[in-house]
Amino acid sequence: MRSLHGGVPFRAGGFAPRSVPLAAVGTLLGLVALWQAGVSAGVIPTLFLPPPVSIVRALAGLIASGELWLHLGASLRRLAIGWVLGTVCGVALGFAVGLFTLARSPGMAVVSALFPIPKIALVPLFIIWFGIGEGSKVATLAFGVFFPTVINTAAGVDGVPRNLVRMGQAFGLGRLAILRKIVLPGALPAILSGCRVTTSIAIILLVAAEMIGAERGIGAFVLQAGNLYDTDNLLAGIVVLSLLGLTVAWVLGRLERWLLGWR
Amino acid sequence: MAASSVRLAIQGVGHRYGGLQVLDGIDLVADPGRVLVLVGPSGCGKSTLLAIIGGLLRPSAGQVVMEGEVADDCLNPLTPVFQDFSLLPWRSVAGNVALVLEGRLPRAARDARVVEVLAMTGLTEFADAWPKQLSGGMRQRVGIARALAVRPACLLMDEPLSALDAQTRVLLLDEFAALIERAGTTTVYVTHNLNEAVRLGHRVAVLSRRPGRVRAVVEIDRPIGGRQPSDPDLMRIEAGLWDMIRGDAAAAERERVLA
Repeated sequence: MRSLHGGVPFRAGGFAPRSVPLAAVGTLLGLVALWQAGVSAGVIPTLFLPPPVSIVRALAGLIASGELWLHLGASLRRLAIGWVLGTVCGVALGFAVGLFTLARSPGMAVVSALFPIPKIALVPLFIIWFGIGEGSKVATLAFGVFFPTVINTAAGVDGVPRNLVRMGQAFGLGRLAILRKIVLPGALPAILSGCRVTTSIAIILLVAAEMIGAERGIGAFVLQAGNLYDTDNLLAGIVVLSLLGLTVAWVLGRLERWLLGWR
Repeated sequence: MAASSVRLAIQGVGHRYGGLQVLDGIDLVADPGRVLVLVGPSGCGKSTLLAIIGGLLRPSAGQVVMEGEVADDCLNPLTPVFQDFSLLPWRSVAGNVALVLEGRLPRAARDARVVEVLAMTGLTEFADAWPKQLSGGMRQRVGIARALAVRPACLLMDEPLSALDAQTRVLLLDEFAALIERAGTTTVYVTHNLNEAVRLGHRVAVLSRRPGRVRAVVEIDRPIGGRQPSDPDLMRIEAGLWDMIRGDAAAAERERVLA
């Protein structure tokens, strides 16, 4: 037997992490400062890792010469065309798989068989099919974006509560109205969540495709800089890619807030 | 809203889910402007029968026949009110009501209809609220408003109060009684709550344990609006209904535990 005395101890603390934006910025700045200090002290060889100051200088040079816009413009065009193409086709097939018995099994069989293939391995095949120009690069992106989009969209459609569809039917809504007003908005969170994944996949594939065969584009620029041991420009290109990813994520975040405000 | 002249006749309806017979030989009538209540133990097929009546489930046997005149402004003769409300979370209260009018009424008429039914159900000030911001009772009011918006000839209500707390249930039950009385809509009301059954029903059909068959039909021939929970007659009818159901309810409960 034990005797108990005193106040009841609070036991429900922890397991509830909070976001501290200042800590995030502070950590990044701290790492950059550490990096700069390491290079300045001679601990890190500049050939392997140039100091942040040199990267900023290289970036400024690229902006001033207009070279950055040439490469970035080419990359953004490929990214936009490939991502939109893959997304539109993926959403269409995802809806078909989610809605129609005829499309479900064949569609999922094809997706399951082709999804695991590393898309970069298909670049040589796409070059044979579509040539070394834009076609093969856009196809690589579109192909990489297509499969996750199908899977996310079909999962989104499957996740729309059936009671809402039954409600629409019970009120005599037509198939198109149910699709447009119930299924599409219901599947939208999953589709947008898929977009976050596919934009990252698209950027990865963009760089890979541009490294295999392109004169312009951030991937080509990074490869050329690497071949010349020009690590300042190489890392400037990588910073641009990182900023591109952050910008796309920000845009998607705003889109989610706008379209999914009801959540 | 004019009183409904639509009569629903459930003729020899039976239903099987695979090898499981859930309904067998159901013959019932919902008279025009009257409330038919379906009660019975859990799993007796009440909601299945309501889905069949509403055309959401094809019966394995029998048919449901609708007879009578439907008003010109009736957009959906058989209109459901769901236990889980079935509101679209991405639409406001007004948007949920407007959903069932879109493409059927011109914009101005639609807006006027939405305003009218929101006022009828006490939701005017919540027109722009999201469903998630509302209590269960308020959500069910939206369900009712949505149903009234299409000027139904028949209301099909599937345990509309069962997801609500006891106090809200009492409040909404009174409002349902007033609304049904005023609208005079032919109504089929499914519940496991016998108090609701005797407060709202003109005819209470007691279904047996699975497979559900009509065990008894009790007529309560008095206006819904004047019924009080403390009315000795209603209490006696409620006790009688419970006597009929008690054995089946206990057996159904045991079956559910063993399943």
